[in-house]
Amino acid sequence: MNIETIFTLKSTYRDDFRIDGYRFGKGEKTCCIVGALRGNEVQQLYVCSQIIKALSNLEKKGNITYNHEIMVIPSLNPFSMNIQRRFWSVDNTDINRMFPGDSSGKTTQRIAAGIFDFIKEYQYGIQFTSFYISGDFIPHVRMMETEHKNVSLANLFGLPYILLRKPKPFDTATLNYNWQLANTSAFSVYTNETETIDESSAQTAVGAVLRFLSRMGVIKYQSHGGYMATTLEEEHLMSVHAKQGGIYRRIKQPGDEVEQDEPMAEILHPFDGSVLEVIKAPANGIVFFAHKSPLVLENSVVYKIIKRLHI
Amino acid sequence: MIEDVVSVKLPVMEQMTIKKNRFEPITKNGNEKRICIVTGVHGDELEGQYVCYELVRTLSENCHLLNGIVDIYPSVNPLGMDSIKREMPIFELDMNMIFPGSETGAVAEHIAAALIKDISGADLCIDLHASNIFLREIPQVRISEETAPRLLPYAKMMNVDFVWVHSSSTVMEATLSHSLNKIGTPTLVAEMGAGMRITKSYGDQLLDGIFNLMAKMGIWLGETKKVSHPIISTDGNVSIIYSEASGIYMPAIKHWAGISEGDHIGDILNPLTGTVEQQIFSPCSGIVFTLREYPVVYQGSLVARILGGC
Ligand SMILES: [Zn+2]
Repeated sequence: MNIETIFTLKSTYRDDFRIDGYRFGKGEKTCCIVGALRGNEVQQLYVCSQIIKALSNLEKKGNITYNHEIMVIPSLNPFSMNIQRRFWSVDNTDINRMFPGDSSGKTTQRIAAGIFDFIKEYQYGIQFTSFYISGDFIPHVRMMETEHKNVSLANLFGLPYILLRKPKPFDTATLNYNWQLANTSAFSVYTNETETIDESSAQTAVGAVLRFLSRMGVIKYQSHGGYMATTLEEEHLMSVHAKQGGIYRRIKQPGDEVEQDEPMAEILHPFDGSVLEVIKAPANGIVFFAHKSPLVLENSVVYKIIKRLHI
Repeated sequence: MIEDVVSVKLPVMEQMTIKKNRFEPITKNGNEKRICIVTGVHGDELEGQYVCYELVRTLSENCHLLNGIVDIYPSVNPLGMDSIKREMPIFELDMNMIFPGSETGAVAEHIAAALIKDISGADLCIDLHASNIFLREIPQVRISEETAPRLLPYAKMMNVDFVWVHSSSTVMEATLSHSLNKIGTPTLVAEMGAGMRITKSYGDQLLDGIFNLMAKMGIWLGETKKVSHPIISTDGNVSIIYSEASGIYMPAIKHWAGISEGDHIGDILNPLTGTVEQQIFSPCSGIVFTLREYPVVYQGSLVARILGGC
């Protein structure tokens, strides 16, 4: 293992901003794994730390195969993490909306460019990330639906689902999209949590990455089989909206099966505790996404359901 | 008449409502032109507040001079404006990244879609911005190259100093102006002043432009003032200067003043070591139309934009 500094930026009032990467193996730039881009992506940071731990052990035993190099970058944004802000500490811009970046442009564009020029050389790119709406997902691999996507490779993670997303305008400035454009096979891996650590979904994510690397012949590692993934298109997920605002009491969790009209959550009056709304399943299916915050606004998407077609 | 455009129940006994004030002629014939004045997409931009106030005040006192419909939306991101936040609070989303939205989407998308629906079909929309807390802008209109043939005639009536015809990127497709232009509602973006501030002289200047525009469109029958002719420029004539050091920026020039190649624009200072980290000189001759307002800079912070080719 070799620790190297990929990007630095001088600061007047703080330590210099620094992005560090952990390099394993030697030879072809095979796989780059990226963790937190936002300051609140603690679970993503944790997952990377556990991958680094696992890869260190594998390397010590000589289990990284010949002519393969793996790079792990646990955080692209330690500055925001340290002051508990989601976005860039100065101007609140999102580094994940700045790719491919511009080395003579704005600060966050420079950060994006500094990192992207380095990581676009890798054959596979894996990113742990979070959604702009807060909530929990079934662990899954997500990719932008571009001509460069590689669904059969996404299968090798052995996670239960692969989600394809049609890029919206803002997606064109994300890491995943630009990685694909630069001919890196790019995968975003979503786990249950963001701001707190969920040990079991973190282990699922670590296991998925090690499984992928072993199936690609990059590491020697005994992994159990995992799932045969189902591929979903984001637009086919069924959104369930809240019709009231108030206290949100979640009944169904990501991964739960639901039957049509089964209660999924309740919205309570914030002062008297009476039930304002019982949110019922609109169809038979499986919960893919669930709202997390204990408070909810009217019209929020509280669930996304994978509709079962043949029942 | 004050109307609700869209309203959402917040969790704890509060309703978030985007409101507009509509002015109509006393007698209508059904063929009136309609103009929409929108501001507050970014909650930290306040220049439009004075413009809306003056517009509403003048129209209220002069209903008899109205020959069209004027819709005024003083705050389309009311929670952001109240909490001094550029983005929509709760979602931390820049509203100008979610248009045209979706009626069946998440809350922010739903709000965006409702706003688009309300404005669509207007004969003209002006989306009024006030830079951000970092930069000061002279009154200007920004339009994309694709929309220039249709929008430039309107932009020239606005009494601004400068019209910037810029190239567009995919990311910009999610803005209010792009989304409205795409569905055939001509929309101009006006930028002026600085975030969290109100510059009365800029507001008065733009108000003269808005009344002139409304008069030319046949919406306003009252008096108008003579407006100035703006400088019109494309990206090719705009030079952008970024800081190449981190520290405190101390300007050596004035905003909207002429500058020659090699002139001293300012210094980046280190208050701890007492050293000058960078002296910044102008790469070209021209006029400084954007100047840094907020002193703390990083490498890559925008310091100035100069109108004039290099
Ligand atoms: Zn703005």
